[in-house]
Amino acid sequence: MTERTVLEMTGIRKTFPGVVALDGVDFRLFPGEVHALMGENGAGKSTLIKVLTGVYGIDGGDIRLAGEPVHFAGPLQAQQAGVSTVYQEVNLCTNLSVAENIFIGREPRRLGRIRWGEMRRRASALLAGLDLDLDVAAPLSSYSLAIQQMVAIARAVDISAKVLILDEPTSSLDASEVERLFEVMRRLKRDGVAILFVSHFLDQVYEIADRMTVLRNGRLIGEYRTEELPQMQLVTKMIGKELTVLDRLDDEARTTAAPGEPVIAAHGLGRTGAVQPFDLTIRSGQIVGLAGLLGSGRTEVARLLYGADRADSGHVEIGGEQVTLRAPRTAMRHGIAFSSENRRTEGVIGDLTVRENIVLALQAARGWSRPIPRRRQDELVAKYVKALDIRPADPEIPVRNLSGGNQQKVLLARWLITEPKLLIVDEPTRGIDVGAKAEIQKLLVELAGGGMAVLFVSAELEEVLRLSHTIEVLRDRRLVEEIENTGGVDADRIMQTIASGATA
Amino acid sequence: MTALTRHRLFWPAAVLVVLLVSNVFFAPRFFSITVHDGHLYGSLIDVLRSSTPLVLVALGMTVVIATGGIDLSVGSVMAIAGAVACLMIGDLPNQDSVGGVLLAVAAAIGLAVVLGLWNGVLVSVIGIQPIIATLILMVAGRGIAQLLTSGQIINVSSPPFRVIGAGYFLALPVSVLIVAAVVAIAVVLTRRSALGVLVEAVGASPTASRLAGIRARGLTIMAYVFAAVCAAVAGLIFSSNVASADSNAAGNLIELDAILAVVIGGTALTGGRFSLAGSVLGAVLISALDITTYTIGIPAETTLLFKAVVVVVLCLSQSAAFRAVVLRRRRTAGAPA
Repeated sequence: MTERTVLEMTGIRKTFPGVVALDGVDFRLFPGEVHALMGENGAGKSTLIKVLTGVYGIDGGDIRLAGEPVHFAGPLQAQQAGVSTVYQEVNLCTNLSVAENIFIGREPRRLGRIRWGEMRRRASALLAGLDLDLDVAAPLSSYSLAIQQMVAIARAVDISAKVLILDEPTSSLDASEVERLFEVMRRLKRDGVAILFVSHFLDQVYEIADRMTVLRNGRLIGEYRTEELPQMQLVTKMIGKELTVLDRLDDEARTTAAPGEPVIAAHGLGRTGAVQPFDLTIRSGQIVGLAGLLGSGRTEVARLLYGADRADSGHVEIGGEQVTLRAPRTAMRHGIAFSSENRRTEGVIGDLTVRENIVLALQAARGWSRPIPRRRQDELVAKYVKALDIRPADPEIPVRNLSGGNQQKVLLARWLITEPKLLIVDEPTRGIDVGAKAEIQKLLVELAGGGMAVLFVSAELEEVLRLSHTIEVLRDRRLVEEIENTGGVDADRIMQTIASGATA
Repeated sequence: MTALTRHRLFWPAAVLVVLLVSNVFFAPRFFSITVHDGHLYGSLIDVLRSSTPLVLVALGMTVVIATGGIDLSVGSVMAIAGAVACLMIGDLPNQDSVGGVLLAVAAAIGLAVVLGLWNGVLVSVIGIQPIIATLILMVAGRGIAQLLTSGQIINVSSPPFRVIGAGYFLALPVSVLIVAAVVAIAVVLTRRSALGVLVEAVGASPTASRLAGIRARGLTIMAYVFAAVCAAVAGLIFSSNVASADSNAAGNLIELDAILAVVIGGTALTGGRFSLAGSVLGAVLISALDITTYTIGIPAETTLLFKAVVVVVLCLSQSAAFRAVVLRRRRTAGAPA
């Protein structure tokens, strides 16, 4: 062989109590390539990455870096050996400055004193290399999630990485930011860095990856060159069966378009600094999609309608009656449910079990003094674990141990058992695999078919187009246009509105 | 076997057993329990009896810590409860009056509810950090207790009041029975209703809980009220046992022992999951430690040092990381060269 691997993992085995997470997985990485790691949620992608970076030990197999067997006791050791990681959810300290985040743990020092001036200078230079012009002395929290992600990547790049692992780096970036990230990745590739890339966006994988390794249920399915594996074949390998759900959805979504009575109507609802006053009506049996760029006010609209933030202008009518949404509880009492985009911090509660998480909202509505009988809890939970195919199907394990897609399903189950009239879902499919994504999309269509009103927020235009009866387009924190999603509407039409403002 | 050693409470329970057994070498009759006048006597009973105030305070502390807070004022609340009860009993024309004593007890507990509300409102309505909010009552409360008793130790000689801390019922100390009842009520309240899981949700993630529609404010206030009531009962037991109200000594530094008991019991100071049984075990362990220092004749000036060493060993034994290091070292040392 002429090519030499920079990283080679063979026969990796990793078990957790009761679960075999990885079983005989091989993985290799060559310098100067982008290698995509593909698989459904729970297929073992995250585990493989954590094994590689020393977060977990291994139960079998070996890891070689540049031909030498290695054993990392932790991420720091891995980093020192040249394996850097940027995780799915940004792992930085938002209260520290941008420069501090980039150099944390390896600050330039003289006689033990940190040289702040040099640190800021080097941070600026580094970010400039990625076409980012930031105030490096400002706290990281003053920048958007997308920028924070880029800072995390800048940090990883700067730690002379031989192997750079990007775990879902694009899930919170908009199209132009993704393009910028890919520019950076291509440059790193030319410098000989080996990049392990994990993403659920197949289009992105096909745009950037040279090769891919597919995992399913902790086992290796195979390693392929990107150009030799068409998308449909890849999906089939990932889920192990033909995926026809998505095709059927396209027809289903619109045939049921016979909206009923208005469930909620917002009149001039707005909040200073969050979103300008808007009018919006959602009818029963209707899916309303919110489209717009990152930071255009999508989430803010959803939060106002749930009372998660208080509106400072306008009012809301629910079922014809005027209601002041003071707090989430008020909205809940009127049959509104809200699943937040930050499922780890604002959604599921990691320490509690799957069962406790699922009954939480219903229990909160009943108050502490009227506990849901344990048998009823078990029935409800068993029903939704089965209906939503939550895996592993053990209701007594902490939600923390579930993969992202399964946590999202737990969150949806929590709201579905409250039998809401309006379900607000913010980015329910972000960072989860195609299989689970299709299941959640299908579920939303079915719920609307059953008469529920759904407000669907997503950064993915295709998804919004596929599901929604009506699309509300947001731009610069203003609702600029309402588009009936009939046959002629496509992504370009919406992109135009987003780019130019209202057409009317 | 590994299932047993992996249990959350295995290490504190093991340390408790070791402590108790070590007493036997110095006091051979340590484990013997005798019956006198239909009352049980023995060192084990003494351990239980002396642990009662701490168990109560730790119980309240557990729930407050589960909400993500902390209550430093429990010692002062103990002092205030004792002071109020002894003042009222001292003013009784006839200190044998059961009604008068019950009224005094009710007044002390009623005042504790008000003090708990004060803490809870400061934390959850006004939004002061718990450690600061309860520091106010910790400092001011002892002042109030001293004001009530005019800086004196108030002695009472009321047989009905003595029953609380020093009496016997069904061969067992009344104080132990009271604590058992409070523990049982607390367990039923938190685990049979939804209080436990809602408190855990609030403590683990306030934002997610709010979006799930949980009223954190009410739950937090309830936790502080519960802690204050527990402390008041502890104060009554303490003051009844010594038949006086000593505003300086009552509950002095007990908040720190209570926090230690909660931590030993496996409840994280960051809030969330809590274990009442663990805290009870932790509190009994700390009391057993105190008694052990006496039985094995540790000189008074090194008592605190001895306690510190045991606590350090206990905390290390509970750390999975520490055990891993020790075990690995032993394995490499034992490997053939």
